Amino acid sequence: MTQPKFQLQRNAFGRLVLESADAGRYEGVVPVRAFPVADPGAGISLINTDGHEVGWVDRLSDLPESQRLLIEEELASREFMPQLQQLIAVSSFATPSTWTVRTDRGPTTLVLKGEEDIRRLGRDGLLVLDSHGIQFLIRDLSKLDKTSRRLLDRFL
Amino acid sequence: MIFEHAANAVIPHPLPDTWQVDAAAQLGADEELVSWAEQDLDNRLHFGTGLLLLTNQRLLSKPAGQTGWLNFPFRAGLVLSQHDHAGVAALELHDSTGRLALWRYTLANSPAALRLIDQFQQQLQSVLTGDPVQPPKKNLCPKCKGELNADTEECPVCSREIHQPPSTWTLLRLWRFAKPYQGQLLAGFLLMLGSTAATLVAPYLTMPLMDKVLIPFQNGEHIQPEIVAFYLAGMLGAAMVSWSLGWAKTYILALVSERISADLRTTTYEHLLQLSLEYFGGKRTGDLMSRIGSESDRISVFLSLHALDFITDVLMLLMTTVILFSINPWLALATLLPLPVIAWMIHLVRDRLRTGFEKIDRTWSEVTSVLADTIPGIRVVKAFAQETREAARFRDANKHNLLINDKLNKVWSLFSPTVSLLTDMGLLVVWAFGIWLIAHHNVTVGTLTAFLAYIGRFYGRLDSMSRIVSVTQKAAAAAKRIFDILDHVSNVPEPTKPIALGPVKGEIELRNIRFRYGNRAVIKNLALTIKPGEMVGLVGHSGSGKSTLVNLICRFYDVSEGAILLDGTDIRSLTVSSFRRNIGLVLQEPFLFFGTIAENIAYGKPDASREEIIAAARAAHAHEFILRLPLGYDSLVGERGQGLSGGERQRISIARALLIDPRILILDEATSSVDTETEKEIQKALDNLVRGRTTIAIAHRLSTLRQADRLVVMDRGEIVEVGPHNELMAREGAYYRLYEAQARNVDTDPDDSE
Repeated sequence: MTQPKFQLQRNAFGRLVLESADAGRYEGVVPVRAFPVADPGAGISLINTDGHEVGWVDRLSDLPESQRLLIEEELASREFMPQLQQLIAVSSFATPSTWTVRTDRGPTTLVLKGEEDIRRLGRDGLLVLDSHGIQFLIRDLSKLDKTSRRLLDRFL
Repeated sequence: MIFEHAANAVIPHPLPDTWQVDAAAQLGADEELVSWAEQDLDNRLHFGTGLLLLTNQRLLSKPAGQTGWLNFPFRAGLVLSQHDHAGVAALELHDSTGRLALWRYTLANSPAALRLIDQFQQQLQSVLTGDPVQPPKKNLCPKCKGELNADTEECPVCSREIHQPPSTWTLLRLWRFAKPYQGQLLAGFLLMLGSTAATLVAPYLTMPLMDKVLIPFQNGEHIQPEIVAFYLAGMLGAAMVSWSLGWAKTYILALVSERISADLRTTTYEHLLQLSLEYFGGKRTGDLMSRIGSESDRISVFLSLHALDFITDVLMLLMTTVILFSINPWLALATLLPLPVIAWMIHLVRDRLRTGFEKIDRTWSEVTSVLADTIPGIRVVKAFAQETREAARFRDANKHNLLINDKLNKVWSLFSPTVSLLTDMGLLVVWAFGIWLIAHHNVTVGTLTAFLAYIGRFYGRLDSMSRIVSVTQKAAAAAKRIFDILDHVSNVPEPTKPIALGPVKGEIELRNIRFRYGNRAVIKNLALTIKPGEMVGLVGHSGSGKSTLVNLICRFYDVSEGAILLDGTDIRSLTVSSFRRNIGLVLQEPFLFFGTIAENIAYGKPDASREEIIAAARAAHAHEFILRLPLGYDSLVGERGQGLSGGERQRISIARALLIDPRILILDEATSSVDTETEKEIQKALDNLVRGRTTIAIAHRLSTLRQADRLVVMDRGEIVEVGPHNELMAREGAYYRLYEAQARNVDTDPDDSE
């Protein structure tokens, strides 16, 4: 499926509009990754405002340039999974603990409610859920610096 | 300049100091600040701070990641709206032609933003129509819409989120449990003092024995038997005293420590039961079980054995020091020299060991968790022939456990021999310095002998004292994990000043409630009033929020925003137990506890009479099948008990709900796990139950909701339609579609038939 059976465009309200011959016209469709962690580039579903799937893309790279940019732009504005790059300080080793961290989206603080909010992802990855439901991703634990690893180790 | 808020602002929320100057520069002379919201993400979703200000004339913003200010004077057609996804919320400003601006922020700033939207609409209306802004009738909390006292700004319900970490001196917190036993503890301590002192008598007596008996004998004098007898008798006496006092001490303190840990266990379990379902949802059973079971035991062993020994050792150390110094300060100094070195070493290893032991604990729970996951799901494991996979998972967990143990043992194994080596070095120092002192005639041979006898014990104790490091760390880790439970504040907290609940009429009002599970909004701004005695059916696809709504009404969770009111009172201001007493719950898969059928029916009202139990069983159409069982009402059910069919279990649970005679009844898919024939039987039982009570029923099969006064159709956390069956059918909307879909294929799951 190289050529998608739909056309995407953005309207004045900033919403994506999907038009396809067989499914019709939908305003405000939202792209969703099927495997946001395991394989972000594969499997993008386009969901309409009723929560039904109206389009599917096997691989983002299969799409024509304009369409792909639209989807990537929309994904970028919706996806929020900061990658944790460095733990600068933690308020305590007992939870709830406030962490001062550096992420790929700038420095911030997060509140870890309990150790169970740190989940293992595969072999080296970790997902840290903060008290407001934001997920901080650590793709590869071994790539963190020593201090960060030592701090993090206390919670694992 | 500090801003005075407009008189009609709902509650004063002062602007943070960091923004005061910036904001002051923006506002005109006759402009009033009405509301504000902070922004913590820019539009590329990077962290950064920005601000939105709402005045009585316009909306102002300094967006995150930009330097300039945006300015939107009020005009017709402006709409401000919020939506959120995966923990990030967006505020959008539209007019009829398109989007004007977009602000993003994390949910931490959501309450302020919602407040701003609220105020925006009011102010805009007022500017457009010329009418003054209607001041709110009551002082309402902006988050939960609950009423506030006139003099407080903080809503007691919303301001209870705490992010304070528990103190690290966890073991000292055990004092809370030791306090009731202060008397015994003091007695034990005094006995300990006595017995320790008595053990120190014997080495002291070696001094005169050596100097007055043995050395003179070597020099050709005779041994005087009465002196020898006196000293030996003294040694024997001291040993006897020390033995009896030591026995009494150990007995008393062991009793106390056992009681302390029993109290700890009970308190933790009681606290655990008070926690909300949300807590249990996030924890694994195996982990919780090990915390309450084995870890409290570990604390008990620590208190009764290790801590006791340690205190004895410290006492002995102090007393020995005093004695040594009184005999000869210089030799005493040489004896005590290695002590700081050992203390320093212990300190060095402490941190490593503590984290190591905490880690071991956690991996140990991991191992038990694998068991707790697999054994209940054994049917699935076997059905899919995944035994080898599960075995591998267990082996992996075990391997992980081994790995961490190995790592720790490296440090740990080095530790004890090093302490022994140091004590041996210490002895050498004493020998060398002692011989030098004797050669210079500063001390007698007896004094050196006494010193060596003392420090023999003394250093021997240091070795065992060094063990205290690890056991204390282990116990502290255990205590921490227990206090983690104890410190967890229930998400459905008991109100500080509960309102007494009188006779309940059964009116339920859901006031603009929202509920978020993690970062997923499950219920979105839902409002509904259920009249006393009314039966309401909740209809919708699975995942539409029906069960969540019911959980919120039962107060298994608390709403994120908005409020649920029972007869006009916020259910959060009632005690949980007094509120739940008025609710009868019948679940899809009824849970029966191990016990007799009669006990299970009387679960919610343990003092119910036999007549009441039978009456409830009759009304629930359970009486007859119960009598068919060999032991009637005394038949054992539940785990390890008599097997009952789904329909039979359901009727027992209906009888259970009938017995407490609740004003509010909640049926969560009560009939969906049984066949149509049984369903009819259960339906008859339910008809008895529903009569005269406020009822909220969830059902997949729409046909079971025929008697409902109103049907509420839900979709993705919102109410789409409300009305009686006929009206909704006539409207040909969402309900009509659902009904038609089911009518077409009666016996299939409505979820598959969209």
